[in-house]
Amino acid sequence: MHEMAICESIRQILEEQARSAGFTRVERVKLAIGALSGVEPEALRFGFDVVMRGGVAEGARLEIEDVAARAWCMPCAANVAISARYDACPQCGSYQLQVTGGEDMTIRELEVL
Amino acid sequence: MSQTRLIQLEADIMGKNALFAAANRDRFTAAGILALNLVSSPGSGKTTLLCRTLTEIAGEFPVAVIEGDQQTSADADRIRATGAPAIQINTGKGCHLDGHMVGHAVDHLSPAEGSVLFIENVGNLVCPAAFDLGEGARVAILSVTEGEDKPLKYPDMFASADLVLVNKVDLLPHLDFDIEAAMANARRVNPRVRLIRVSARSGEGMGQWLDWLRAARAMALASRPVVEG
Repeated sequence: MHEMAICESIRQILEEQARSAGFTRVERVKLAIGALSGVEPEALRFGFDVVMRGGVAEGARLEIEDVAARAWCMPCAANVAISARYDACPQCGSYQLQVTGGEDMTIRELEVL
Repeated sequence: MSQTRLIQLEADIMGKNALFAAANRDRFTAAGILALNLVSSPGSGKTTLLCRTLTEIAGEFPVAVIEGDQQTSADADRIRATGAPAIQINTGKGCHLDGHMVGHAVDHLSPAEGSVLFIENVGNLVCPAAFDLGEGARVAILSVTEGEDKPLKYPDMFASADLVLVNKVDLLPHLDFDIEAAMANARRVNPRVRLIRVSARSGEGMGQWLDWLRAARAMALASRPVVEG
């Protein structure tokens, strides 16, 4: 639901980059979105096209790289793969997990003109 | 014919909000202000709980309230009736408060040194989770008229909470709500969370919640940097 606000942030960053890096058009935007970031990629795609209108990234292609969720399991003292915050450790079944990856929400790369 | 070029960025999309939140946090720390971000679903009894809290601590230390709602100033009016200074932020189409809005509200309220600033976020368990406001602690309110599985359904919010107040416990005899299961679910997404059972109506658990509040405020005050001269 806050994907629109996230798209507004992306637009701001792109406009700032256009000024500082000296480009006038963005052809492609590559984002890294973590499985635990709370962002729905489909809603983001929808919002992206709408929010980018009239700016440097109007009509830009949006690529989303999914970042898998990982956590540190205290009993196992190991990094394990999870799919949601409430998952148990796949090795020992404990819930003593500290999320270490998958919360990303970054603009990774731009293709500009 | 111009050529496209690649720019490697690694820019945090939430970076701007993080900057506003950090500025708010610095300001709170410098003045020994305890800022609490109160989050819950609509109808959890958040405003009623806040009004009772304000009434019970009246005169003990300075307070200020920021009320976030999509529309109306009804909640800020209820808060002001307790004597606490309050400012209403209407988010309009927005579903959450952000660091920038809170910064402006703080400018208007200018809370006194050593005060407790209650920021009542928009009733929504999804979007506010992603927006740091610069708060010292995040307090989630879960009422027993909701489902025990709420912490699992909205894990981002409960994972980021420092304290969960399980509200409306006076209604437990009339409900099938399994409070132990609800508390276990909250711990499952957040092993370090504190849980307190309260009822803004009967007053049950209010003492424990107010003790937590006093301790958190004392910590904020004690960690205020000492300015020489």
